[in-house]
Amino acid sequence: MFFNSLPTNFAALEVGQHLYWQIGNIRLHGQVFLTSWILLGALLVFISLGTKKMENDPKGLQNLLEFLWDYIRDLARTQIGEKVYRDWMPFIGTLFLFVFVSNWGGALIPWRLIKLPSGELGAPTADINTTIALALLVSLSYFYAGLSNKGWRYFEYYVHPTPIMLPFKILEDFTKPLSLSFRLFGNILADELVVGVLVFLVPLVLPIPVMFLGLFTSAIQALIFATLAAYYIGEAVEEHH
Amino acid sequence: MLAFDFFGATEGGLFDINATLPLMAIQVVALTYILNSLFFKPVGNVVEKREKFVSNNIMDAKNKLSEVEKLEADLLSQLQSARSEAQKIVSEAENESDKLYKEALELANNEANASKEKARLEIENQTSSARDQLFKQADDLSELIVNRLILEK
Repeated sequence: MFFNSLPTNFAALEVGQHLYWQIGNIRLHGQVFLTSWILLGALLVFISLGTKKMENDPKGLQNLLEFLWDYIRDLARTQIGEKVYRDWMPFIGTLFLFVFVSNWGGALIPWRLIKLPSGELGAPTADINTTIALALLVSLSYFYAGLSNKGWRYFEYYVHPTPIMLPFKILEDFTKPLSLSFRLFGNILADELVVGVLVFLVPLVLPIPVMFLGLFTSAIQALIFATLAAYYIGEAVEEHH
Repeated sequence: MLAFDFFGATEGGLFDINATLPLMAIQVVALTYILNSLFFKPVGNVVEKREKFVSNNIMDAKNKLSEVEKLEADLLSQLQSARSEAQKIVSEAENESDKLYKEALELANNEANASKEKARLEIENQTSSARDQLFKQADDLSELIVNRLILEK
């Protein structure tokens, strides 16, 4: 077999290996929390620096943060609608920032230089637990948005425009989190694996375009995740006439 | 080892779902609240304050512009009416002076004609009287001549 002729350190990719933390009865993927804490800490420091001295004439970091805020507002407003986008903007923005920072942090920082006893550091979004957590939060959010905005009339959505849609719409409630989580997970994991394999096979130059492609994919995935979350919430609060 | 243990492993694997999931969810919810108070609210306040300021200024400027346009139109109409009034006054004055000139001319003509007529009459009178006198003198002279001739005989 071709694969068997490869050196055994190919397994250094360590797919599916985790750094387990045991707290009482529960087990956690330590590497996911470690990277997410580092990245979120960096994000919070960045934001605190940018919002420390807010001025009417934005300068430097404040400018960038205002651009980001405007971008997120536009995203939330176009998907959710003028009426309730304000309530959901922080959530959508947090999803976007979390996914974006996780993806880019995973791709840009040479985590593999840090040796762990088991598993390896990487993008937190390359772990299925993270993406399912995000996707379930989106599901809860759109249910909450629909119910809090329209009460029981929210369930009219399931028979709109005809009752024939009912089974499909119920199915959708399951496929939405499934597709959200697996899309993000698959893209980021695949990117990490492709870069890992290429670095292993041709350590010089060749992985660089793939790395850029990975950065592009990472940004796009963050945008897709946030846009879809906002779209689902918008769909739930939309009034049918 | 090349056998990627994708599924089914009790320990590890790509799809190893455990307590990481709920904890990550809690972490993201906490992050939402932190980012809301640290990022979305303060930046939103500043941006919306500025947007309000800008839109207020634009509205103010628009109001002022419309006021200026109104004033301009007002002034223009005033100017136009003043101009037409001035034109009217000028043309009236022209008519008046024209009339006065014609009247004065007529008066002068009449006067001149009258004095010419008078002078002609006077000349005629004097001419006729002179002629009468001449005739009379001629008569006298002829009578004198006749008398002298008759007496000398």
